[in-house]
Amino acid sequence: MKKLRKKVYMLAGYNTISMGTGRKEFNPRKERPGLEHYIKEAGQATLKGIGGAKNVDEGVIGNFMAARFNKQANLPAFLPMIDPDLKYKPSISVEGACASGGLALASGIKSVLAETADVVLAVGFEVQNTVKAMYGADILAGAGWQKERKNGHAYFFPGAFSDRAGAYYEKYGKELTRKAMAKWYCNAIENARLCKTAQEYQNTNPNLEATANTPLNPRRFVENLNVFDCSKVSDGASAIAIVSDDGLKRIGVPASEAIEVVGFAQVAADITQKPEDLTSLSTMKKAAEKAIEMAGISLDQIATVEVHDCFSIAGIMATEALGFAEKGKGCEFVLNGNTSRNGKVPFNTTGGLIGWGHPTGATGVHQAVTVWEQLTGKAGAAQIEISKGKPFAMSVNMGGDDKTLVAIVYRRGI
Amino acid sequence: MDSIRKMENVSVLGAAGKMGSGILVLLSLEMGKLKIGKKEEGNFVLNAIDVSPVALSNLIKYVESQLLKHAEKNIVELRGWYQNRKDLIDNEEIIRQYVADVMAIIQTTTRLETAYESDMVFEAIKEDKSLKVKLFSQIKQNNAKAWFLTNTSSIPIGEIDQEAGLNGDIIGYHFYNPPVIQKLLEIIKSEKTNKELLAFAVDLAKSMRKIVVQSKDVAGFIGNGHFMRDALYALDQAQEIAKESSWSKAFFLIDTISRDLLVRPMGIFQLLDYVGVDVTRFILDSMQPSFPNENLSHGVLNQLLDNDVKGGQFADGSQKDGIFKYERGRIKEVYDLNEKKYIPVAALESECKTKMGVLPTSLLAWKTVVRDKLKAKLLEQFFNELGQIDGFAAKLAMNYGKNSKAIAQMLVDTDVAESAADVNTVLETGFFHAYGPINEYFE
Repeated sequence: MKKLRKKVYMLAGYNTISMGTGRKEFNPRKERPGLEHYIKEAGQATLKGIGGAKNVDEGVIGNFMAARFNKQANLPAFLPMIDPDLKYKPSISVEGACASGGLALASGIKSVLAETADVVLAVGFEVQNTVKAMYGADILAGAGWQKERKNGHAYFFPGAFSDRAGAYYEKYGKELTRKAMAKWYCNAIENARLCKTAQEYQNTNPNLEATANTPLNPRRFVENLNVFDCSKVSDGASAIAIVSDDGLKRIGVPASEAIEVVGFAQVAADITQKPEDLTSLSTMKKAAEKAIEMAGISLDQIATVEVHDCFSIAGIMATEALGFAEKGKGCEFVLNGNTSRNGKVPFNTTGGLIGWGHPTGATGVHQAVTVWEQLTGKAGAAQIEISKGKPFAMSVNMGGDDKTLVAIVYRRGI
Repeated sequence: MDSIRKMENVSVLGAAGKMGSGILVLLSLEMGKLKIGKKEEGNFVLNAIDVSPVALSNLIKYVESQLLKHAEKNIVELRGWYQNRKDLIDNEEIIRQYVADVMAIIQTTTRLETAYESDMVFEAIKEDKSLKVKLFSQIKQNNAKAWFLTNTSSIPIGEIDQEAGLNGDIIGYHFYNPPVIQKLLEIIKSEKTNKELLAFAVDLAKSMRKIVVQSKDVAGFIGNGHFMRDALYALDQAQEIAKESSWSKAFFLIDTISRDLLVRPMGIFQLLDYVGVDVTRFILDSMQPSFPNENLSHGVLNQLLDNDVKGGQFADGSQKDGIFKYERGRIKEVYDLNEKKYIPVAALESECKTKMGVLPTSLLAWKTVVRDKLKAKLLEQFFNELGQIDGFAAKLAMNYGKNSKAIAQMLVDTDVAESAADVNTVLETGFFHAYGPINEYFE
């Protein structure tokens, strides 16, 4: 499919707080809300923005590992819990590790394109503070190939991206790369401080750079990353409505209050194969190219990007995979401030996975919600300027180590 | 000497107590390191010996929970240890296996005879010399190779050695409470202490990642040598105040001053409660014979004990009522020796505040200081200001600081400590003081 055969919009996005360490109200020793709370909060808020559940044709829930974090499966049946009017409506759940949210969006887009629905409610969630980090690492390792778990690191995914960082250090210089990773962290926290739902919203650390440069501790953690290079462990949900032109009419909201999907791509790579090149995210590159091609735009028309920075090194490599920086030049691109909020193309304007948080199954939807807020002027303190010459935005959601990818290009509805 | 063979069969006497249980955990980690980490051959056995079967059963729960914590923290290393176990894949599986493997080393028993099999005997029973002597000589008679590492905090090692006939096979191995967490370890060798044993004890401490300070075999050693005299000074000061005021105010004032104006983690009487009024008197009694020219007792301690004011801790580590009553770790009431009852802090605060007089413009919290890289500068500024204030509390604090220094200096001058740095290390790591007693802050 080279072009979308009909218009697809997203609107009425909502993010719950990303709950976990960093939030003052988070206490690991006290009982906390479960997945029901998060699904309800996000789902109900989006329903409110689209005139209620009666307007919804079907629903899709994105989640990665409720089966282990919360011992819960059969997620489609949580849709009617959001609102009694959703009872007996079609509902599915999708899973693609940390790209589960992105898959929920892709699934909703396809339903609208297939004309089986005019209004789809997409919800992504994860509640992962139910276990300590070292056990959470076991669960999250499910995003990789299980046969590689035994020889993998205790912290499996930090281990995988530590290997990537190590390869990158060797090829392009450790000092420069560490500097760029620190910059990535500082940008993330500074942006998160502007967004009330961000996990790092209350971060008041006066010396972010020193924190970012915390020495590496391979004895307790991985070789080439410190914990600040990593995204957060989060509980949270995000929801958004995916609708057709007819859907917009039914809801009674003008297109200008929505964002239009102008290109999208969903690609997967073989999970049993090791990355061909540790220093590049080739599946992400493929997904981004396809989405841009479908949108028929050039990179310099993009105002902002929400990218999957599960680790700061992934953020840097993403600037290359998306084509903003040449291969091996991602560090300079970041260090020169291009991705900062006043830079050429602000990345992750509310903090991304490192600053806003990473409730794994919600992240893809969260990215779309952030883009919707930015392009329709609803981002509050985190709002960036969207100029006429650069009306587009992009989101890239990644599952596992560059295995399951969803890239979407948007602009404000007209 | 084959140190691994020495560690094959180890006993802990008083294993179910506060200190013994921590020592048992540390030893089980060490033996686990040999058996699982280094894959040493041998049938490793760690005997947990105590008098109460109920306490031993609770001990097992405690050790298991500590091993679990340790395994969770050190999962990176443990994955390496279990690399060849193809059936263990998840962190969770490896952590469980590790805890089970280490627990399998531990045998609980109430029979002292079990220790006859051990070449290494750690002891953490109560501070009772004759009991220690009795147990050690009994074991030594049945196992000539046995080495003894005693956790005594005050009894001279040489005296135990001589009375039990150990021929230098004993060393002081004084942990701080709780042993699993506290970094400091005071090692006390007597003149006769076996050199091999000393070398072994130092290596073991390093392997446990402890900070070692060697102290001379003088009752009280460095830690209690300072703390006990510091507490006696505080009791004298309180007694002075009580003459013209009340005991509750006196206790409260001195405690507040020693905490807030000396920038310590807790006040001196709270520390006394933590250690226990009874234990404090016990330690003083055991120190007294070594210092015939010094009076190491205090009437106030006796009066407190006569009124059943004891302090100390419950088995779960929470604080019992002592000079103070506590609520969630905070002082809520103060004992009054004359009225023989507890007085709420709220009823004392305003009068005590008046009595304290002028204070520095802003107080320096211990918590902030210890975290600050430039703490010496912060402290210097604070004590500088304190020294210039003409107020009751400020003056008392300055004298308190001077006295604390004098005690420390005496420990160095009498060779109890090898250096001023050693005394400072003990107070900073064992007592969590923000600064060592030998300093220039109170000149």
